[in-house]
Amino acid sequence: MSQSTTNTAGETPYSTNSTAERAELSTIDASIRTAALFFVISAIGWLMIGTVLALLAAFKAHEPNFASTYEFLTFGRVRSAHLNAMALGWGNNIIFAVGLWIMARLCRSPINHKGLLLIAGIFWNVGLTVGIFGILRGDITSVEWLEIPHYATPLLALSYALIGVWGVMAFRFRKGDHVYVSQWYILAAIFWFPWLYIVAQIMIIWFPARGVVQSVTNWWFAHNVLGLWLTPMALATAYYLIPKVLGRPIYSYYLSVLGFWSLAIFYNWAGVHHLIGGPIPVWLISAGIVASVMMVVPVVVVGINHHMSVVGLHREVWRSPTLRFVVFGAISYTMVSLIGSAMALRTVNQVTHFTHFTVGHAHHGVYAFFTMIMFGGVYYMMPRLLKREWPSAGLIKLHFWACAIGITIMVVALQVGGWIQGMEMNNAEIPFLQTVQNTIPWLKARSVSGIFLTVGHVAFAVNFFWMLFAAGAVRAKQGPTLLAEVKEGGVA
Amino acid sequence: MKNLPLLFCGIFFALAFSFVGLILTSHIQIGGLAQTTETVTPSEADPSVMVMAEGEPLFPRKESGIVKQGKDVYISMGCVYCHSQQARRSEFGADFDRGWGPRQTVARDYITQERVLLGTMRTGPDLVHLGGRYAGDAGRDWNHLHLYNPQIVSEGSTMPPFAFLYDVRKIENEPSPNALVFPPNSEYGPEEGYEVVPTRRAVALVEYLLSLKIDYSLPEAPILEQ
Repeated sequence: MSQSTTNTAGETPYSTNSTAERAELSTIDASIRTAALFFVISAIGWLMIGTVLALLAAFKAHEPNFASTYEFLTFGRVRSAHLNAMALGWGNNIIFAVGLWIMARLCRSPINHKGLLLIAGIFWNVGLTVGIFGILRGDITSVEWLEIPHYATPLLALSYALIGVWGVMAFRFRKGDHVYVSQWYILAAIFWFPWLYIVAQIMIIWFPARGVVQSVTNWWFAHNVLGLWLTPMALATAYYLIPKVLGRPIYSYYLSVLGFWSLAIFYNWAGVHHLIGGPIPVWLISAGIVASVMMVVPVVVVGINHHMSVVGLHREVWRSPTLRFVVFGAISYTMVSLIGSAMALRTVNQVTHFTHFTVGHAHHGVYAFFTMIMFGGVYYMMPRLLKREWPSAGLIKLHFWACAIGITIMVVALQVGGWIQGMEMNNAEIPFLQTVQNTIPWLKARSVSGIFLTVGHVAFAVNFFWMLFAAGAVRAKQGPTLLAEVKEGGVA
Repeated sequence: MKNLPLLFCGIFFALAFSFVGLILTSHIQIGGLAQTTETVTPSEADPSVMVMAEGEPLFPRKESGIVKQGKDVYISMGCVYCHSQQARRSEFGADFDRGWGPRQTVARDYITQERVLLGTMRTGPDLVHLGGRYAGDAGRDWNHLHLYNPQIVSEGSTMPPFAFLYDVRKIENEPSPNALVFPPNSEYGPEEGYEVVPTRRAVALVEYLLSLKIDYSLPEAPILEQ
């Protein structure tokens, strides 16, 4: 293994053993510690709430009489509360933590006025709490991905703006010439998200556009939340962590450039594929399909770049808690995106549209790709913020396996079941009720997968709070927590 | 990439491009659609211009008061997460064969709606033509029973009951005229001496459901005789 030499070669400006640079990074970590901790704790809190709501929704999908006397727990509200708790609670908080931290480190720019960032973060979580309660009490908007009622959204938009500004400020006052690929992604996403959110709020909720223009705006927004917010943040994290942990640079700078710009150009046209066959002008749908298929370019490019960066170092990947999750996420990105491009083709969409296949696809993207990479980010970030190690390698392994197995069961069950559902729904000779009943075994499998994911999340939370409120034993621990024996000096 | 103005312009124009292309352009193209008569005829003054026939009703209809109230209930229950409201053209899926609409729905069908609920999920059937499939008093009764507990009329359904939209109360003197009529010996019916009556929300919701129907042609989407 040439790992010990590549580790010190310093071929990227960011992986270094130089004492001075480590001290600088340590100062930056200290400047963002309080805010980042607040965001991670909030994120884990929302992850737990979202998990409970998910279990309820999954169970109700095949046991309609379960808890059906409580109006606030009716399926439409619980699944929407789940979605918003996960996307805006877990997703955004963890992005604020990991994304801002990576941005500050890469810009070598400590966060100033950190009290303001913390207050903005508190506002975000207060707004979201009001919003989730609003959904459950019946003020849900029934606009997909924008369910939060109108009285909570201005607070969300405002606090987001206050948080996003920190990323831009870090970038503005960066040191050094080089701008790394992760910085492009984070800067772009910080700028894209508020634009999308505000336009969608105005055109659908505040001053509704006429007719199906609302629907086009809705899917332009909703798909771009995935494509221009969660995806770039997860890719930025992967691009940062892979070279960091392995101690060797990303395979190709030019592939990074190509991957970034092709994503920026194609992804934001793709959302219309959610309306294939729908009552909107056909040229819009065709444009969405073309963009969806063109997404193969950034996906393959990023896939090659990530794969070539880890090739030959699989033992290190497997040993590192961070990379085990990140690489799982990166592989999922390639798979889910290629499936997504295929789903946009009219002949395929004719089967998958309106079925559980799409639900499986959404979890494939947001969970198997985005969430797994963010778990990896937390495993890397926390020891550096707290200056102590993860207490239990066993819990990390349990977290990984429960989530990996759980999400695999879910995606396979919903996509196989969804495909069958779509084929049967398109055959008018099969009574509709029959097609509904044939989905039940697959929905039960989804509930089982939910139990696996819950186990994983609990293991993660226990390990996290154990580390946070560390007993002396955790503090005294020397060296990184690894998931396998190390034979030579290594990294985590 | 060290050229920051260029990086920023790229980031800006990437999204601006799709915003203009998808949102503004569709707004320009279909954001001005208006109600129309079912057919249009050549103008007498200038035969190359098509005009609406005089005195004929305009479609799509505007939503009436109780329908709007019912739609608010539909929205607050999150019905859209299992029920779409769009019929695709025949031969694309089985929407047409399943009777979900007598023709495909087009952009103009939705212009009188303050909130458009196309939906992307069919855990349950499409509802854009529900009022055509379940019409009149029989349709009203069916929908109330179905909302109270779907198992009564659709055994094996995975739709949750919305019994909290109904009051179970003791019959005083005479039964209420709007009490639900259960099938004989139904296990879901109330106890002897009790009745199930819809709340205002249930009444509005069912009126909204019955108002969902594609029973009119549009010049660009006529209902073809079978």
